[in-house]
Amino acid sequence: MSLQQFINEAISPWMKEEGPDSDIVMSTRIRLARNFDQTPFPIIAKSQNLEKILDFFQQEYHHQSFNNYHDLEFVKMSDLQPIEKRVLVEKHLISPHLAENAELGGALISKNEQVSVMVNEEDHIRVQLYFPGFQLEEALDQAFELDDWLEEKINYAFDEKKGYLTSCPTNVGTGMRASVMMHLPALTLTQKVNRMIPAINQLGLVVRGIYGEGSEALGNIFQISNQITLGRSERDIVEDLQSVVNKLVEQERKARHILVEQSELQLEDRIFRSCGVLQYSRIIESKETAKCLSDVRLGIDIGYIENIPKTILNELMVLTQPGFLQQYAKKTLSPHERDILRASLIRERLKLEK
Amino acid sequence: MECQECHERPATLHFTKVINGSKTENHVCEHCAKEKGYVSYGEEAYSLHDLLSGLFNFEPSSLNEQTSKDITSQHHLKCLKCGMTYQEFTKVGKFGCASCYDAFSERLNPIFRRVHSGNIVHDGKIPKRIGSNIHQKKQLNEHKEKLQELIQSEEFEQAAQVRDQIKEIEKGIKPNGEGEV
Ligand SMILES: [Zn+2]
Ligand SMILES: [Zn+2]
Repeated sequence: MSLQQFINEAISPWMKEEGPDSDIVMSTRIRLARNFDQTPFPIIAKSQNLEKILDFFQQEYHHQSFNNYHDLEFVKMSDLQPIEKRVLVEKHLISPHLAENAELGGALISKNEQVSVMVNEEDHIRVQLYFPGFQLEEALDQAFELDDWLEEKINYAFDEKKGYLTSCPTNVGTGMRASVMMHLPALTLTQKVNRMIPAINQLGLVVRGIYGEGSEALGNIFQISNQITLGRSERDIVEDLQSVVNKLVEQERKARHILVEQSELQLEDRIFRSCGVLQYSRIIESKETAKCLSDVRLGIDIGYIENIPKTILNELMVLTQPGFLQQYAKKTLSPHERDILRASLIRERLKLEK
Repeated sequence: MECQECHERPATLHFTKVINGSKTENHVCEHCAKEKGYVSYGEEAYSLHDLLSGLFNFEPSSLNEQTSKDITSQHHLKCLKCGMTYQEFTKVGKFGCASCYDAFSERLNPIFRRVHSGNIVHDGKIPKRIGSNIHQKKQLNEHKEKLQELIQSEEFEQAAQVRDQIKEIEKGIKPNGEGEV
């Protein structure tokens, strides 16, 4: 398979689109947790209960279409190879928990990979929708429509006072987790992000660094999401998140502007060094990859680098993860072998743009 | 910002916790987040184990006869639908089924308050299909109460009207099918 072909399969179609504020907001996600009302939750359900749910999804939703989400495909975890599952995890279409622990799990995934409904994860149903850039309201509207569509055939576990009943008390109520993935290189570089985090936390929002193989935040990418699901409506939660993200976008733009004004040469040097590393290295770890990709992406946004597409950060962050590298190699690789393949894949990818 | 647990790695997970009504900030690294149970399944940024253990641990230390009775009774709380006991729930931190919420209801509000910043009542989406029944059920209950009042006060003519209204509402409510698949 050619690299171009591989990339086309590896990158979800929705990721190739450019959404609003995509210079800073990489993607928006809404997740809704739902359960059948008469069936025990997956954590203690009997296999026959879970199998029944899998069959139900297969029968009712496989090859169905809903709105823009065409040709939904239902896959059972038991029908997938470990590496195939890992790729779905790295595409964020399923959770690590579903891949590793849910033998009777499944996933209903739309052709454009914008919708993924995990089945028999911690809850019976976890609806996930992804949007490029900053599109919280649109994502919520679509999530509600999809939720209504599923509910036509499913009696949800719902209580007037407690809302949607979930396996974990942290999800009860709306069952919603709204999150936004942001690239904040300038706020990180100027150490402003650390000062902003406590204020964001005070609003009931969680800030998380994104990880690769190690335990450090990678690539200046942060996920902001809501913590509370009970006692506040989805719209209110999304509104809060939206105003915080707007503020962060504004601050990040300001910080970039100041960086360019005050230390243009150092910044340019840093960005082009990183560009050089990506273009010429022969062995590269995921941590260095993330740092360099973040620099290059910043360089593109500021206008220093012109011949590389903006989506390169999202794309290569996904492609250079262990699961994809091994799928590309079609075999299991040691960490060292991965570092070599990672370097070569990045070099090849950048050559495609020349 | 360094991790408040190990003081080695940089903190990458940031959130607040409400303990006894006051918010505390938390900054931990991914490693410690997993180790200390701040995250479950690599997604939820919250320490439920921490919350639950914190909640239950202090109870036995402040014993008097009355509370010790309460604790004994709490051990006998059990969901008849799925068989999960309250004790198991506090260990696992997950409910076994929808009915657990009823079975353990007397114990749950303090937990919800801690996890959801003091909130205990849902304010958000209601399922489109089965939700219409929720609205009608509310109406139905109100009418039934009214009917009882009217019968008590022997206002039978009005009572008959209300009874007819109840029948109308009941007709409108779709039978709540089994949620089993
Ligand atoms: Zn730590
Ligand atoms: Zn139960």
